[in-house]
Amino acid sequence: MIQGIELQHILIITTLMFFVGVYGFLVRRNLITILMASELILNSVGINFVVFNKYLYPTAMQGYMFTIFIIAIAAAEAAVAIAIIINVYRRYKTINVENVSEMKY
Amino acid sequence: MNLQSFLLMRHELVLIAITLIVLIAELATSDSRKSIIAPLALCLFAVHTIIGFLPMEYGSLFGGMFNSTPINGMVKNILNIGVLIVLLQAQKMFDSEINRGKVSEYFIVLFSTLIGMFYMVSAGDFLMFYIGLEIATIPLAALAAFNRGENKSAEAGIKLLLSSALSSGVLLYGLSMLYAANGSLFFDALIHGNYEITHLHTLALIFFFAGMAFKLSLVPFHLWAADVYEGAPVNVTSYLSVISKGAAAFIFTVVLYTVFHNYADKWQPMMYIIAILTMIVGNLFALRQNNLKRFLAFSSIAQAGFLLLGIISGTAMGMATVVYYILVYVFSNLAAFGVISIIEMHTGKTTISDLNGMYRTNPKLSLALMLALFSLAGIPPVAGFFGKFFLFTAAASVGTTANYILVLIALLNTIISLYYYLMPVKAMFINKNDSPIAYFKSDVYAKIGLAISLTGMVVVGFASPIFENILAACFGIVGL
Repeated sequence: MIQGIELQHILIITTLMFFVGVYGFLVRRNLITILMASELILNSVGINFVVFNKYLYPTAMQGYMFTIFIIAIAAAEAAVAIAIIINVYRRYKTINVENVSEMKY
Repeated sequence: MNLQSFLLMRHELVLIAITLIVLIAELATSDSRKSIIAPLALCLFAVHTIIGFLPMEYGSLFGGMFNSTPINGMVKNILNIGVLIVLLQAQKMFDSEINRGKVSEYFIVLFSTLIGMFYMVSAGDFLMFYIGLEIATIPLAALAAFNRGENKSAEAGIKLLLSSALSSGVLLYGLSMLYAANGSLFFDALIHGNYEITHLHTLALIFFFAGMAFKLSLVPFHLWAADVYEGAPVNVTSYLSVISKGAAAFIFTVVLYTVFHNYADKWQPMMYIIAILTMIVGNLFALRQNNLKRFLAFSSIAQAGFLLLGIISGTAMGMATVVYYILVYVFSNLAAFGVISIIEMHTGKTTISDLNGMYRTNPKLSLALMLALFSLAGIPPVAGFFGKFFLFTAAASVGTTANYILVLIALLNTIISLYYYLMPVKAMFINKNDSPIAYFKSDVYAKIGLAISLTGMVVVGFASPIFENILAACFGIVGL
């Protein structure tokens, strides 16, 4: 429990973060920004887990553990993504998704 | 818990050992002798496949996080066979000058994705499930971008990675809702916990469903599949469309049948609509493809729609048909991909119209591709027919009018799919062409791979003990 802050307030923030992330993922045109948007989604979930654990199940640990793993895996994901983005940049000389589209329907 | 209980993870441990051996072999060999790594990895993996069939004990580890059950073992063996065929087909790829320097990377990354799938398949907890899922998808993106010199390959890699990042974010959001509602993410606690199904549970189910639908490339979430399949190297495409899809389909079934068993009246209507959409969209888009890999990508989307027919029934029979269909699908799709990869590696041709008149120059390859496509379409002598037949039976066995309509729609879709599966066959056997693909000798490994998948296709269809064993292993899963 954190004095003066209700569970709902934090949940509003994380929900906003999640949907801002989804919006950014769909609207942004730069690969790095899209990656940042997906990190926003993962972080909102991480906060969710911590908050649920702290407010609803203070004696349990599972939410905290899950968050640690989410952070670690998000880091791994970012590493691979940036490696591929660098390769995309070498091939296309741009990281704008409008131009990185050789394959379409 | 003693050291011996770790033997429950035999599949995973052997695979980790193989990965390390390949890594050490890469360090220990000089540049001129790198060519032994590919056959070495292949032999080690063949040994691993055989070890997988030895009898083993069943139980659970780490407080229920890791479950080893008969059906898990069977699914792992199916995946092993599939990967063995993929590796056989991949050998030719390492002859070329560009790939010679990164042979061991291919095997290490591929094996680590397989380890992830194994842990995902036998997960007993959503944490293990999520870690397995990510180990299985992140390195796959690196594999899709394996051809560093090709624009399409880089594009496929980034598309796969970003869409899987979004999908796992959505999935995790659902899991956090589930955690809020239940206070635990162990499958056992979720199954046996006494709770009323609230809106929070439903929300969790929807987000989880959407996340998994991305991985399975079901229809509203399928847009990444065709591009990734086209851009990735052909062996990686076959791995993606068969192995990774099979593993995801299996664990999806398990989670729906156990954790979400009480919500069957919620996920069945969702799945009903998505199954219909997936079959129709997959089939209609497959009609207009000329690139062979894109063609198979849309065909695999449609196949995933058929797979949902088995899941929707919610019975042990339904689960058995799903596993059986995965087995059939491994053989038939890998046979089709085998022929396509042989053609692409020897001649560089990738479109359906390139196949025109191939029967006169390469009769054996044409026959193999024909059998594979027949099996995918579900024409009787080969296993694909029985796979589809069982799926439809499982869906119809529920007995409601809605399900009969679903089976009817699936049948109509089978007829549409017949048309496009026969187009390459027509191109090979009937279409005239003045300059067909010239005769070439395919390499020995690819021939062995094709032989395994073709015999598998025939044997799995006719040997009834296989299906009976799978069915027997499916009973005893909670909720059935």
